[in-house]
Amino acid sequence: MTHIAKHKAEFGTQAEIGTQDAEPSLTVAIEVVGLHITRGRTAILRGIDCTVNQGKITGLLGPSGSGKTTLMRAIVGVQRITRGSVKVLGRPAGSPSLRHEVGYVTQDPSVYPDLSVESNVRYFGAMYGATAADITEAIAAVGLEQFARQKAADLSGGQFSRVSLACALVSRPRLLILDEPTVGLDPVLRAELWDRFAGMADAGTTLLISSHVMEEAGHCSSLLLLREGRLMAQLSPAELSRRGRSDDLERAFLHVIREAESGEREAESGEREVRP
Amino acid sequence: MNPLMMLATTRRVLGELRHDHRSIAMILVVPALLLTAVYFLFENETLPPGVPRTFDRVGLMMLAIFPFVVMFLVTSITMLRERTSGTLERLMTTPIHKADLLFGYALAFSIMAALQSLVATAVAYLVFDLDIQGPPGYVVMIAVINAVLGVALGLLCSAFARTEFQAVQFMPVVVVPQILLCGLFVARDRMNDVLEAISNVLPLTFSVDALQEIAANTEATPALWENAGIMAAIVLGVLVLASLTLRRQTA
Repeated sequence: MTHIAKHKAEFGTQAEIGTQDAEPSLTVAIEVVGLHITRGRTAILRGIDCTVNQGKITGLLGPSGSGKTTLMRAIVGVQRITRGSVKVLGRPAGSPSLRHEVGYVTQDPSVYPDLSVESNVRYFGAMYGATAADITEAIAAVGLEQFARQKAADLSGGQFSRVSLACALVSRPRLLILDEPTVGLDPVLRAELWDRFAGMADAGTTLLISSHVMEEAGHCSSLLLLREGRLMAQLSPAELSRRGRSDDLERAFLHVIREAESGEREAESGEREVRP
Repeated sequence: MNPLMMLATTRRVLGELRHDHRSIAMILVVPALLLTAVYFLFENETLPPGVPRTFDRVGLMMLAIFPFVVMFLVTSITMLRERTSGTLERLMTTPIHKADLLFGYALAFSIMAALQSLVATAVAYLVFDLDIQGPPGYVVMIAVINAVLGVALGLLCSAFARTEFQAVQFMPVVVVPQILLCGLFVARDRMNDVLEAISNVLPLTFSVDALQEIAANTEATPALWENAGIMAAIVLGVLVLASLTLRRQTA
């Protein structure tokens, strides 16, 4: 509880702190400047600048292979950065103190299949001094109470991925990075999880959630649109509808992407004309 | 280092193993069965009076070699799984210290190794009347140090394998030469200079020397402690090397 109260207090003071240019402001949870990441000879991220606000849900959207996971890994601090900077909660990404405050749920569930749900959550909780109550609460938060003593390997795919989420929730992170958390979940569970995320954001937690299901973008207060390692736009779902000329976010997104692609084609053909 | 995180890791590793009854049975029973085979191999040997049985020499060394081999395999596969399944990367985003993880592993598998060598040593003494001068407690101690050596080498080698198939291939590279050159097959002073020089720096050699000290003396000798101390130092060194392969950041 004190944890949540602390967030609320910080959240309440943002008006007095004002704009973000001076000191590391509390309103900005993540600040990415000129981020380049190259793996081997492949450029994965090619100059990303963006900010993620504290206490909000930010969606990270883009086709597969656009660099979503790499950007998230850079924010968590497990990705080697080629150029540029990533600041998280006012500190460089990967700072040891951030390990207490940032939770990360990978796309493929990273838990121990041979352990029970409870043992998994207890193990990751042990890194943060979680109590038995914290463990029960994290398991309840993902709706796996009746499976707590079952081996994770015996669960269905959707349940298995929720074990991974519970292992992140148990630390009550200030910043939660979720890579495609709703893949393979039925619509009811998906809606429940988004309610849960909204509740966490209201309590002051910052969430960065990647997804390729566009209808989910509507739950976010801000969207980062990624394509081929570049940030196409940072906008709200309403702005996306407007720019993509559709209330259906999926169609709007496709429209924006096609616009970008045809823009590139024109630029390329323009270049070709100039050359002899 | 944080003892709570280390013990949580030990508990987790043992928890993973606990559900795997077949592996536990193999770890505990197989060495005893192999020891039985060795006993019957030399059952009918004819010895001049006063010469110790081959079983007393070979069986004793096998007591120390089993935990080394088994723990090397179990650890390298478990750690490889941890690396490939993403749980290692996830752990590296938490406050856990690398040493907590490595020592947690080492502790978990040394508990298993201690149980294993208790069973094997009990069989050797009670069933086959293993006849050596020293007390069985020291034999178990050397077996456990050997097991931790296996754990440390397994943790290190898992960094150089991408698949479980590759991990298993490290056994002929890392384990077999040590068994060949430790003095089990040919006494070390009868090897040629090159092989003896190699044998002098292989970790398993020190444990065989230690066992020979135990076999020849009723009390612990300074040479026993010296060999055990060198083994412990090697184990620590390998664990440090292994910790260098755990990276918080990857490309």
